[in-house]
Amino acid sequence: MIKRDLVIVGGGPAGMAAAVSAYNSGLKDILLLERDQYLGGILNQCIHTGFGINYFKEILTGPEYADRFIEKLKNMPGIEVSLKSIVVKLTDDRIVTFLSPGRMETVKAKAVIMATGCREKTREMVHIQGTRPAGIFSAGLAQKLINIEGLLPGREVVVVGSGDIGLIMARRFALEGAKVKAIIEIQKEARGLLRNMAQCVDDFEIPVYYSHKISRIYGKDRVEKVSVLKVDDDFKEIPGSLFEIRCDTVLMSVGLIPENELIEAAGVEIKGSETSIPGIFVCGNSFKIYDMVDAVTEDSFLTGRLAAQYLSGPAGRRARRLTGPDKG
Amino acid sequence: MKAYDVVIIGSGAIGTSIARELSRYRLRIALLEKEEELAFGVSKSNSGIIHPGTQNPPYSLKGRLCVQGNLLIRKISKELGVDFKEVGELIVGFSEDDTRELLRIKKEAEMLGVQGLRLVDSLWLKENEPNLNREAIGALYAPSAGIISPYRLVYDLAENAVRNGVEIYNGTEAVGITRTGGYFDVETSRQMFKARYLINAAGLFADDVSRMLGIDDFKIMPRKGEEFILDRKKENLTRRLIFPLPSRVSKGVLIIKTADGNPMIGPTAEDVEDKQDTSTSDSGLNKILLSARRLVPSINDKDIIAYFAGLRPAAGDDFIIRHERKAPGFINVAGMQSPGLTASPAIALLVCSILRDNGLGLKKKFIFHASRKKTVHLFAIPLSTAKKLIKKDPSYGDIVCRCEMVSAKEVRNAVRRGARTMDGVKFRTRAQSGRCHGSFCATRIMKIIAEERKLSMMDITKRGKGSEIIKGGGCLISD
Repeated sequence: MIKRDLVIVGGGPAGMAAAVSAYNSGLKDILLLERDQYLGGILNQCIHTGFGINYFKEILTGPEYADRFIEKLKNMPGIEVSLKSIVVKLTDDRIVTFLSPGRMETVKAKAVIMATGCREKTREMVHIQGTRPAGIFSAGLAQKLINIEGLLPGREVVVVGSGDIGLIMARRFALEGAKVKAIIEIQKEARGLLRNMAQCVDDFEIPVYYSHKISRIYGKDRVEKVSVLKVDDDFKEIPGSLFEIRCDTVLMSVGLIPENELIEAAGVEIKGSETSIPGIFVCGNSFKIYDMVDAVTEDSFLTGRLAAQYLSGPAGRRARRLTGPDKG
Repeated sequence: MKAYDVVIIGSGAIGTSIARELSRYRLRIALLEKEEELAFGVSKSNSGIIHPGTQNPPYSLKGRLCVQGNLLIRKISKELGVDFKEVGELIVGFSEDDTRELLRIKKEAEMLGVQGLRLVDSLWLKENEPNLNREAIGALYAPSAGIISPYRLVYDLAENAVRNGVEIYNGTEAVGITRTGGYFDVETSRQMFKARYLINAAGLFADDVSRMLGIDDFKIMPRKGEEFILDRKKENLTRRLIFPLPSRVSKGVLIIKTADGNPMIGPTAEDVEDKQDTSTSDSGLNKILLSARRLVPSINDKDIIAYFAGLRPAAGDDFIIRHERKAPGFINVAGMQSPGLTASPAIALLVCSILRDNGLGLKKKFIFHASRKKTVHLFAIPLSTAKKLIKKDPSYGDIVCRCEMVSAKEVRNAVRRGARTMDGVKFRTRAQSGRCHGSFCATRIMKIIAEERKLSMMDITKRGKGSEIIKGGGCLISD
């Protein structure tokens, strides 16, 4: 079993910021595990600008923002980055098991920071009924198909929900020549940032239907149309308000959920950025859903410092004794 | 034109069971499937319950075949390496009237030969099924009920049949049949097939196939069932399959344990006209939640991660399994609603004997490969075993689907074993069937299919032609 002072699970903006600040706070034995083949997490597929305004006082793209941290990490010899390394198990005594091509490793850590990000809510989670044809995507998957793979998944798009990714993807589809026929939002107002409403929706004259919901998806092999209903203040359907929109693609942007399954499976409860187990911390979108990556960075810096403080404090010294002498 | 001793139309649980059973003998056999993927008709939406044989009328064909199939499936699943779990089932009663009804069911089932049945009281239920509604006063316990993955069973049956010489043709729809000179000429969407014996296991379309030979004395009435899948976190919601007392048309809304770990609630039972209507509805969801909560009150709709609807190919009350004298050599195997999956191995044996009775010589092959190497699923093995596998083959450690822990190796294997589509990979491996529904791994899976099958990313489909993931152009510029 490998031993490490600090294991950070997740190499997105939260994990990288936590690693940088833990290192700057004196920790020099850090393992950063990233499941993908490169650091940066979801930032890599966010090729639009708008990142870093608060933290760097510059307008950066997602990959540019990630790159700032990747460069920092390169100059920090006490941080080992392990890519294509997916954690499959965490225990409450801070043993982390990860798989990567060719090996499975178990790491005994004195402290663990979980920075595993979030996932998008699916059509199923908001109970949209109808058929299950091709053409229903989470906004994030559509973003990956277009920005990473260079594939435009559909031509006539309806976006469900006005979350930021949905708004940005509405613009992306419009820019690439697809027709964005509607954004359907069940709330009375937009959920995304005001600047995204202006830059992604208004500028492209995309119709937004507030207080509306998709009641059904139609189509056998490919999405053919959706039916839409107006709802009242209690989200109850208003009779007679039903209408249909023909489309070949439905994008879901109805919210994000922290990915906490590993922590839950370990029986650990999240309490703020700390947890019910001393020495296990959570940061970034796996802690709570953020609007801006700049805020993720700021908060994750704090978590990195907290982990370093924990390891230099009495609890940490105890953890050190329990884990045995420093790695040999 | 290729000539066969036996052509089977339909590659669901019934068709593949028959194909595999017949592959013991020196015969040329072809199995035709109209969909891109095997099992993509009725079987893929099967609940995966191996019924003990209760709730069937005594003296019914399906009752007898169910009890026999329940025994046979144990051996077959071992041979094929499909996980079968004998979890047992409880039919729950809430009143004295219910208890009388449970006693009647018990008596009828015992006449059919169902073993081990007993009535349990509320105290037993409280101890053994803590999440069950406390108002339940008792239940009929059938320990021999089990669960299996219906589609993985089909894939493994098919793979084993192919190993033993059966030829499988996907995307091949029978469109016309003529009978000349003692042979059936089967015209399909791809090519012609000649057969001495023809088996109709076409599920929902069995009546249409039968009609091609002028036999139209039964009609398949699709009966829709909507089912809702809960998060795997709720795996231990119940320890056994939980049934309410059956109604006349169905076994009611159940709490189903599945081979994948996720509990499932459903199904509804609604007669529909359209043989392709697998849409789900709000009313279906509400009905199921209401009925399921009567059994287990703590069921939360927030735990629903997926849902689907399947169509039962009902044709009257019982199975139709018979040789058609009007078209000698033609065997109808139709009306395979519940307990069709459980009965499938027994149905295969029955079909063999019908064939023999009607002149087909069944000579055993010198070598029949009864068993196959179990398919590896990382989610189903302990981490220590996974570690060894990864050492042997690094790509087992290359995880594609994070929610269900499916490796690149498993996805690639699935494609090499026959998966052609995204859903084909999903049903074989579970990749994309977890909480994120493939949001994170879809592109990776598309690439593996494209690479293995030498396709363009534009050609990758969800479940066959028309369901391309990437919707291209294809119409001329008009406005």
